[in-house]
Amino acid sequence: MYVSLIVVVVVLTALIFDFTNGFHDTANAMATSIATGALRPRVAVAIAGVLNLVGAFLSVQVAKTISGGLVDETLINPVVIFAGLVGAILWNLTTWYLGLPSSSSHALFGGLIGATWVAGGVDAIHFNAVLNKVIVPAVVSPLLAAVIALCVTYLAYRVTKRGAPGVISRGFRMGQTVSASMVALAHGTNDAQKTMGVITLTLITAGLLAPGSAPPFWVVASAGLAIALGTAMGGWRIIRTLGKRVSDIQPVQGFTADTTSAAVILTSSHLGLPLSTTQVCTGSIFGVSAGRRLASVNWGVAGRIVLAWSFTLPSAAVVGAAASWLAATGTTGVLVVALSGVALASGIYLASRRSAVTADNVTEVPQPAAVHLTV
Amino acid sequence: MHIDWATLLDIAIVAAAAALAVVLLLAFALVGLSMRTRHHADGADNAASAEPRPAVGVAVAVLCLFAACLIVGYGLYLIVA
Repeated sequence: MYVSLIVVVVVLTALIFDFTNGFHDTANAMATSIATGALRPRVAVAIAGVLNLVGAFLSVQVAKTISGGLVDETLINPVVIFAGLVGAILWNLTTWYLGLPSSSSHALFGGLIGATWVAGGVDAIHFNAVLNKVIVPAVVSPLLAAVIALCVTYLAYRVTKRGAPGVISRGFRMGQTVSASMVALAHGTNDAQKTMGVITLTLITAGLLAPGSAPPFWVVASAGLAIALGTAMGGWRIIRTLGKRVSDIQPVQGFTADTTSAAVILTSSHLGLPLSTTQVCTGSIFGVSAGRRLASVNWGVAGRIVLAWSFTLPSAAVVGAAASWLAATGTTGVLVVALSGVALASGIYLASRRSAVTADNVTEVPQPAAVHLTV
Repeated sequence: MHIDWATLLDIAIVAAAAALAVVLLLAFALVGLSMRTRHHADGADNAASAEPRPAVGVAVAVLCLFAACLIVGYGLYLIVA
């Protein structure tokens, strides 16, 4: 009885995580298209939602491990997965509230590391794998995308200098609808599959599915729908940061950012070293901003994003560890964790309502309070 | 610690080449299309100037767009397959 309850709780929590993953990552594909006016905000997030759903059905290869070998997989049970997911969801909501893009995968890994640490001690964590699979790619992928985007933007501006400005910007805006859609589709094939893997492996652990099974249709459909709904809700706070706060993105830059992101994501997953979509897209946006004019980049925002990235894994791990410790005490513990999670999530949502960012005001950036005195 | 630098280098080269190709192809296509607009703006008097004729621009644009579409199509194939 207890096992069935925890399995139901894990499946629901995984779908909620998938939903937060969706609205957190809408910005990756659509921030620049919305910023340049290539797509109207609501149309952009609707397209991204549909493409994420399509992407979920295109790729249904189940992950072989939940943590990708970061922790001792034999110690992972439904309670640990639940605790890890709670850590990841709360970190996703916090960074969304702050309007900062951060990797949902890293949040999930962080949550699982914390939860496993409590369940099996420090020896259960494979720190070497954490370094190679999380930390090194987290440093390399944004830099790689940024350097490529910077060089391509510089050349694109050199070439288009000879063209008619109206034709150039209209053309690149049209191109953006295609390049942004590619990023959204690639995202759906990667990220929805992650949740499907978590649910399927939980069902296998609980003995409800035979080992090595493909995800059942309801798992594929619900994971796809959860991420699509999340995406279509639009994480407006993060879209504003990436589209408007980093720099004033022009159509040439928007197209270059999306194309670079799509190229890096597709190449890396095809060559078997998948890089975080969020980090690649953020890197591209900074790269294209610097490619036009170095001084046009708001480096303060870059600093805050880097800070959020460095805190993602440890913060999610701390919450995951606390949740794991409580949830391991039994059904009451699981309920306490679930209720505390809901309470904290509601608190973050209510706090966000005080300065709501919606489809209507996403492209308006409030002016800083500083007063410029001119004589 | 083992970092797969060779794969990372491959990713960097292939991704850079793909992004550069798609963006520059679209850029050249739009510069080609701009010739038509500029030709209209200048009027027929300047037909003998050194500017290439608009038909050449449109032909370049069509070729560039076709090539860009092929690359994007291959990317789509990679996602779907």
